[in-house]
Amino acid sequence: MSAVATQSLLGVQSLAVEYGRVRAVDGVDLQIGAGEILGLAGESGCGKSTVANAIMQILRPPAHIVEGSITFQGEDLTHKSTEELRKFRWRNVSMVFQSAMNALNPVMRVGDQFVDMMQAHESIAKRRATVRAGELLELVGMDRRLVQAYPHELSGGMRQRVIIAMALALSPELVILDEPTTALDVVVQREILQEVEALKRDFGFAVLFITHDLSLLLEFADRIAIMYAGEIVETGPAEQLASTPLHPYTQGLIQSFPPLTGPRARLTGIEGSPPDLRDMPSGCRFHPRCPHCLPENAALYLRQTTERPRLREITPGHSVACHLVDA
Amino acid sequence: MSALEVRDLSKNFAVGGALLHRAHVHAVEDVSFSLRPGTITALVGESGSGKSTVARIIAKLYDPTSGSVVFDGGDIARVRNRRDVLRYRSQVQMIFQDPFGSLNPVKTVRHHIERPLRIHRIVPSSQIDDRVHELLRTVGLVPPEEVAAKYPHELSGGQRQRVAIARALAVEPKVVLADEPTSMLDVSIRIGILNLMLELKEQHEIAFLYVTHDLASARYLADDILVMYAGQIVERGPIERVLAEPLHPYTRLLLASVHGERIEERHGRSSAAVDPAEGCRFVTRCPIAVPVCRQVTPGLVEARPGQSARCHVTAPSAD
Repeated sequence: MSAVATQSLLGVQSLAVEYGRVRAVDGVDLQIGAGEILGLAGESGCGKSTVANAIMQILRPPAHIVEGSITFQGEDLTHKSTEELRKFRWRNVSMVFQSAMNALNPVMRVGDQFVDMMQAHESIAKRRATVRAGELLELVGMDRRLVQAYPHELSGGMRQRVIIAMALALSPELVILDEPTTALDVVVQREILQEVEALKRDFGFAVLFITHDLSLLLEFADRIAIMYAGEIVETGPAEQLASTPLHPYTQGLIQSFPPLTGPRARLTGIEGSPPDLRDMPSGCRFHPRCPHCLPENAALYLRQTTERPRLREITPGHSVACHLVDA
Repeated sequence: MSALEVRDLSKNFAVGGALLHRAHVHAVEDVSFSLRPGTITALVGESGSGKSTVARIIAKLYDPTSGSVVFDGGDIARVRNRRDVLRYRSQVQMIFQDPFGSLNPVKTVRHHIERPLRIHRIVPSSQIDDRVHELLRTVGLVPPEEVAAKYPHELSGGQRQRVAIARALAVEPKVVLADEPTSMLDVSIRIGILNLMLELKEQHEIAFLYVTHDLASARYLADDILVMYAGQIVERGPIERVLAEPLHPYTRLLLASVHGERIEERHGRSSAAVDPAEGCRFVTRCPIAVPVCRQVTPGLVEARPGQSARCHVTAPSAD
C-alpha cells in the first residue's frame, strides 16, 4: 500500500456527500496511482457517480461535501477557487459521462467544438487546434476528416469516441469514465475500451472507470473498489477480486452474470434490493440482503445488525468491510 | 407444434431529409420463425438490427410491409376488427424494457392488474381480488394484499417489472414477448427476473420471445436463438450449439466481444440497411468474405442439423 500511497495521483479521504440531508456517500477512501486503472463498481444509487462528481467538483446543490478531502497531486481540491477549478478540469482531470455523446452541440461541427474547448484553456490558433482535433480523432480510431461532420451524422459509438478524444485533448493526468459505454452495443463497447487501454499505455494517464458491469472491470481494471449504499465494501487487485471475492455482496454480484461457457446452472443473484438512502439499515448496510446474516447465530447477528463494519486489509492491497471476515 | 409463426416478415420505414432523397430503411427483411409452447426463443442483435421491430409487429404495434404473423390459423397482420384484435391481444402479451414508463404513476398496482382481467373478462367480478393476489404471488410480490395497494413510485425497478409481468400474465397468454426486460434493472436483481421467466415457461407452458443484446442472459434463458443483423436473421438454431460452434462471422464477432477477445476487423458499423444493394449485409465488416458476398445476398441455409446461417462461406447453398 505504501508504494501506491507515495506515487498517489489522486487521494480521496473519508469523503461524505449529502443531498440535502440524505447521505449518498459516507466515508469513502480511494487512491489512484499515476497510470493506473481503478474500477469503481456498484448499482444505481450506491453513490459511485457522486464520488466522481465530487472529484470533478461539479456537485450541484443540494449536493455538497460534508466531510473529507480530495487531493490531486498533493493539493486539496475542495479549497480551490472557481477559476482554479475551471483550469483544472480538462487540463488535469477530464470526465466522460454515459450520455456524453448527447452533450455535443448539434449545430456545430465536431472540429469547432474541439477548438472551443482548447481555446478556453490555452491560446492556440483555430487552424492548429483543428489539425490537433483531427489527430485526436485518429487516435480514437476515426477518420480525421470527420472534424467537418455534424454530431447527427455520426453514430452513438462515434460520438462517444469524439467525447473521449476531447477528454484526452489537453493530456490530462486522470480521465474519469462514468459508464462510458453503457449506452452502446457490445461490439462497439469493447472496441472503445480496447482503444482507451491502448491510449493509456501510450500516454500514461490514470483512469477512474465507473460502471455497474463488474465483468468489464474484472477485465480492464488494475484495481477494483466495490460500492454499496454509499460505502466501499471491498477493494483489491482485479485478479484477486475475481478469484477470491470476500464480501458477500461482491460474491453476489459476480454470481449475477450468467456465464457464456460451461454448465448452465441456475443462479441466485442477490435477494432484495439496495436500501433506501433515507432509511439506511443499522449495523452493516448489507445485512438485510446478506445470506450469512442469520438470527440463529446470535453473537454475530448482533454485530451485523448493530455495528458498522470497517474496511480492513486482509491481504496486501485487498480490504473488505465485513463482520464475517473479522470473525 | 407452434404457438405462433412469423412468415417472410418485412418492414420498411421511409426516411428522408435535406441530404437524402426519400429512401427506405429495411428494418426487417424476410424474417421467418416460430415460437413453441414452453420454449424460450432469444432474438439477439445490436441496436438498430430490427429485433424490437419484429417484436412490435407481432404485438400488432406496427403493421408489416409484407409477410404474415400466423396465430390460431389466421394471419394476424391482416386482422382489423376490434373484437378480433382484442382476442389476439389477450393471447399475445408484451413486456417492455422500461418498468418506469409502462405503469401509470397515479394508479395502484391493483388497478394495473385488475384492468386486463376486466377488459378481457377473464374471471367473474367476484373473483377478481383473489386472482389479483394470486398473480402477485406468482411473480413473487408478497404479501399480495399490501403490494396491491401500493403505487408504482413506492416500488423498486425490479418490483415494477414484476408488476408488468403479472399484468401480462393476467390474461393467461399463450405467447409473451419480452423486449429487453432486464436491461434497465440493477445487476443484482436481473437474475431474479430471468428466473421468474424460466419458472413461468415451465409452469404455464408459455411461448416466450426474449429480445436482447446480451448473449449471456440469452444463453441462461433460451432454448433457441435467432441472431439478427441489419434486419435479417443471419443465424438460427439451438442456442447451445450456436454459441459453441457459431457459423456466421457476425455471431462469432458477438461472441468474441463478450468473451473478451481482441476484436480485429473494425471498419464500418452496423448498417441500418438503407435501400440495401444486393449482396451480404455484413460484407464490409467480414473477415472471411469472398467476391460472391458482394454480389449475391445469401439465403438462410441449414448447414448443420437444426442450425442455419446466411453465409456463402460457412453455410453455402447446395445448388
